Amino acid sequence: MLRRLYHDQPASFAFTPANQAWAEGQIAKYPEGRQASAIIPLLWRAQEQEGWLTRAAIEHVSTMLDLAFIRGLEVASFYFMFQLQPVGSVAHIQICGTLSCMICGAEDLVAVCRVKIADKAHALSSDGKFSWEEVECLGSCANAPMAQIGKDYYEDLTAARLSEIIDELAAGKVPTPGPQNGRFAAEPLKGLTSLKENDSGKYQYNASVQLAVDIGDTVKRIDGTEVPLLTPWIYKAGKAAPAKTAPAKKAAIAPAAKSSPAKPDVAAATEKKPRTMDAPRKSGADDLKRISGVGPKLEGVLNDMGFWHFDQISKWGAGEISWVDSRLKFKGRIERDDWVDQATKLAAET
Amino acid sequence: MLKDQDRIFTNLYGMHDRTLKGAQARGHWDGTAKIIQNGRGWIIDQMKASGLRGRGGAGFPTGLKWSFMPKESDGRPSYLVVNADESEPGTCKDREIMRHDPHTLVEGCLIASFAMNANACYIYIRGEYIREKEALQAAIDEAYAAGLVGKNAAKSGWDFDIYLHHGAGAYICGEETALLESLEGKKGMPRMKPPFPAGAGLYGCPTTVNNVESIAVVPTILRRGPEWFAGMGRPNNAGTKLFAISGHVNNPCVVEEEMSISFEELIEKHCGGIRGGWDNLKAVIPGGSSVPCVRGEDMRDAIMDFDALKEKGSSLGTAAVIIMDQSTDMIKAIWRLSKFYKHESCGQCTPCREGTGWMMRVMERLVRGDAEPEEIDMLFDVTKQVEGHTICALGDAAAWPIQGLIKNFRGEIEDRIKHKRGTIAAE
Repeated sequence: MLRRLYHDQPASFAFTPANQAWAEGQIAKYPEGRQASAIIPLLWRAQEQEGWLTRAAIEHVSTMLDLAFIRGLEVASFYFMFQLQPVGSVAHIQICGTLSCMICGAEDLVAVCRVKIADKAHALSSDGKFSWEEVECLGSCANAPMAQIGKDYYEDLTAARLSEIIDELAAGKVPTPGPQNGRFAAEPLKGLTSLKENDSGKYQYNASVQLAVDIGDTVKRIDGTEVPLLTPWIYKAGKAAPAKTAPAKKAAIAPAAKSSPAKPDVAAATEKKPRTMDAPRKSGADDLKRISGVGPKLEGVLNDMGFWHFDQISKWGAGEISWVDSRLKFKGRIERDDWVDQATKLAAET
Repeated sequence: MLKDQDRIFTNLYGMHDRTLKGAQARGHWDGTAKIIQNGRGWIIDQMKASGLRGRGGAGFPTGLKWSFMPKESDGRPSYLVVNADESEPGTCKDREIMRHDPHTLVEGCLIASFAMNANACYIYIRGEYIREKEALQAAIDEAYAAGLVGKNAAKSGWDFDIYLHHGAGAYICGEETALLESLEGKKGMPRMKPPFPAGAGLYGCPTTVNNVESIAVVPTILRRGPEWFAGMGRPNNAGTKLFAISGHVNNPCVVEEEMSISFEELIEKHCGGIRGGWDNLKAVIPGGSSVPCVRGEDMRDAIMDFDALKEKGSSLGTAAVIIMDQSTDMIKAIWRLSKFYKHESCGQCTPCREGTGWMMRVMERLVRGDAEPEEIDMLFDVTKQVEGHTICALGDAAAWPIQGLIKNFRGEIEDRIKHKRGTIAAE
């Protein structure tokens, strides 16, 4: 399906510092040179931050990942969750319209949106607060009909209930997501037919709703400070496993807690400024891109910091690595990819 | 009916403790290191003996699939990729695993990865499942913190990393090679096979793609023995299965049941019966939108497993049962599925890109009765031209519901055309 960029685009895009740190953590999930894999999560975070996906955001993310802009645009226009035009300032409402929901009353939900928001999908309501669209199966069929509003699923809906939900959102409230007919999750409405024993009644809400209520970011524009940043997969560099940072806290975070993102573990060594140079030697700068893990972008950053030669890097100790690492904002990458060892070998070659 | 002690997903509804501690109290992560120390060959043999067939729709034997992975690495790493892109209309079972019983999946990933010599596993979850993603990531974080995954995972001596990755709303990414393309950061367009993923998959390395449920049942099968699992269901249809029942039943739900349970028992025991009674049942789609529908009266004596439903001219698919009562306009129902496939066709192969739109437009006219009677056969013929002529099975999936409609409800289509013509003639 052909989808184009919106005609009126903002001039620039930048991740908030916390979202930037989050994005770098995501890139670390993929092997060397495969950073393109992170494009969907990064574009999605850009959309979460701004509400919709702007051209500037697509280009920014493409640059971060060393991709041509067209590759970013291809992905942005292929996947339907990317909103390529502005959405309602409060919420974009997505009604599931596929078979199970349709035969359970999704058309009535669409009718509510037509009346209360705008006649056409993707158009803004007159107050600019809402927009809506009919989407394909959202995978909550046993709780049909349902709608996704912001991050959350509102399930077992009726037209009347959806109408109330829109009113509540317009008034600045966030109705509790999940089943709206008193069900807990996807169990039979008239009572359990299995798994009756054990310690039932432990939770007030099912897992999805509990997260929504605890974090409280159903229709929020995400700036990355909502939950502490955890990247337990980045542990190979440090001597101590940073995974010890009690990740369980994420689930238990209090609703109002606005804790700043936890800093990823920096190697225990204290920072020590390495020797830098104002310009490369007369023989010309080394091609730092030959170090696996260093792309054109990182090479530029390293040059700006005053590193031009393999032998400079080969002399880094733990303190120097820590110094560079904290400025590169690529936590742990130097040790993960063993730049020092690589640079030593390359320096020997040149 | 399946007894609670034979259920694998003992926290399916999330009412019990959802943390790692709760999962361990229910028996998960018990003796994982010992299972792994039994070796690769042992695990694969046990899986073969259990008779587990893939739970993502195709029903391919899981143990056999794992055995296709190279035994010795040629220098390339191997990967396990878990397909959590649950987007087949009607299917909502993996969601319950990931948000309420996530440790079954995380533990399964470790064991399965070890069995196929993979040190890394990617779980590709659909983008819309935002809270499910958060819940599953919290479980992964817990497992890392407890040393169950990561270096020397669960003290088994095996280094194992598990990464959660998400998509952004493309049904096609449920197809394994499209999923790999998407995971590599491209448009989700299926690849030609061969080479199969076991030879060249993610990043060109040996890869196995398994459904969430297929992986999540593994630890329990290995702990309780393949005989226990094979003892449930009819031969060749072993084990338990998550059924997701939606539509016109009194209590739609997701429930774990024994394979080969009768359709009637499934509906009566768990769903409180058909809305308006059994005589009100018009049609059933027994395995998610891609399988042909079956007339209600034919379905009543059906057995819910791979082989029995094949005999009924349909398929178990993902065991997503969509029930439609007499109030349903069958033609419109299938038109809605045609619209779905048109929307989700990736546009790579011409028969599918053009065919899905063409079929949807004809279906649209059939809903109104605004067609010639010959067009029914023409539509059937076009579905046959789409089927089997595309890289992936989306073309087939778009064709089968329409074929099922024409086979089972031809009379209804003809009546509507006749009725429409009658009203035109009367004007």
